[in-house]
Amino acid sequence: MRPFDYRRAETLDSVAEGGRIIAGGTNLLDLMKLQVEIPDTLVDINRIAGLDRIEPQGEGLRIGALVTNTEVAADPRIRAGYPVLARAILAGASGQIRNKATTGGNLLQRTRCPYFYDPAMACNKREPGAGCSAQGGVGRMLAVFGTSDACLAAHPSDMAVGLRVLEARVEVRGTDGATRQLALEDFYCLPGDRPDIESVVQPGEIITAVILPAPVAGSVQSYRKVRDRASYAFALVSVAAVATMRDGRIDHLSLAYGSVAPRPWGDDAVTDALVGQAPDAGLFRRAADRLTAGHTPHPDAAYKLPLLRRSLQSVLHEVTGLSEAAIGTDKAEAFA
Amino acid sequence: MSKMHIKMTVNGQKKELLSEPRQLLIHVLREELGLTGPHIGCETSHCGACTVEMNGKSVKSCTVFAAQADGAEVTTIEGLGNPDGLHVLQEMFKEHHGLQCGFCTPGMITRAHRLLQENPNPTEEEVRFGMAGNLCRCTGYQNIVKAILAAAAEMNSAKEAAQ
Repeated sequence: MRPFDYRRAETLDSVAEGGRIIAGGTNLLDLMKLQVEIPDTLVDINRIAGLDRIEPQGEGLRIGALVTNTEVAADPRIRAGYPVLARAILAGASGQIRNKATTGGNLLQRTRCPYFYDPAMACNKREPGAGCSAQGGVGRMLAVFGTSDACLAAHPSDMAVGLRVLEARVEVRGTDGATRQLALEDFYCLPGDRPDIESVVQPGEIITAVILPAPVAGSVQSYRKVRDRASYAFALVSVAAVATMRDGRIDHLSLAYGSVAPRPWGDDAVTDALVGQAPDAGLFRRAADRLTAGHTPHPDAAYKLPLLRRSLQSVLHEVTGLSEAAIGTDKAEAFA
Repeated sequence: MSKMHIKMTVNGQKKELLSEPRQLLIHVLREELGLTGPHIGCETSHCGACTVEMNGKSVKSCTVFAAQADGAEVTTIEGLGNPDGLHVLQEMFKEHHGLQCGFCTPGMITRAHRLLQENPNPTEEEVRFGMAGNLCRCTGYQNIVKAILAAAAEMNSAKEAAQ
């Protein structure tokens, strides 16, 4: 690993002095070992007070940026009101990694595209303008939505998909000390011709918290992760859902999709067309078709479209009660 | 790139050393402190052979800078038992053939130790989920799970007897 200076930030103000932020470091260390990231200075933020708590905020919760993935998934308030988040987190990584990985760091983890990790190959994310070896390369883990000619990489996080389906907001502190909040869908940038710019967080800025709105009382929540083996693997596709029913119709519905785009994906037109409808297999099939219509991904990743269609239909059956939940499902009921 | 002064409590003993910022905790444990129990398997946070406890939580010490462990309490396999007094988990791994080549064993046992602290009476499914971050290249998982369940039963009955 290249040598670097290590600095401990004791206050949020000192983060603005610059340097690559390290929290849990679970992704950053891998990237530094491979010299994909070669920071001159690391700024350890673990000793900044006040970022390691989950607190009530309004009718929802405020999750500090340094709260670990283990702590979020174990928190009784999260498990009761936001079970889809706990289940998404527990579907990812391993116990040891979740013990170190933080809420802010999970959001900012980098793609696992193999060309990004291999400095011998061209990657516009690693080196803007260098080209994209994934184009025409091997790529069954690549994104199928939201890509550009410059980049086909998918965002790997499970947690962020859970946050998107819960309509969470991310609090970012600017270099002037002022904070702003962004909906999760506005937090990430699509690659366009600058895939190296992955989020709205600018140098010297820091994520301070994630804000969850009030729990959707009485909702059924589900996180379906499809992967190559039963544990400890990144998703091929994932589907997160939060639904409530009234008088036999879908009353509230939120959907998010993981490992299919450079950010946790959503499609308002697909979701909106389902609200107010009575659950029906044909309705769900048309929603799934609409979700993937018009997309022509990298041939190696094209299997993700039918896989996503089937996963969405299955999850919709499950959360609307149209059919029994599948064995081993992650469905749960939320209560406020 | 100046060296950093690091203080840690390792297996109950206070340690102080100078570390380069880029030094990983696993390298400090093995090379500076001579604790070669935790192994380096993949050095990419996949295999779990380097698992140690840091402030009461299992971590992969190849994915922690020593600087991040400053002020921490660290427990390695050497802190759990020794040849004259094996830990129950070590006894049960021996009894139930929970090791073949033995390379993953220190990480397996250190992880299992923390798992049983957090969940003293796990189901087989909970053991498998809890141990998902530890890989055995001999694929000896059946007997590893058996050994951990046996250790849990043994520790629980010892606890009951003490009450």
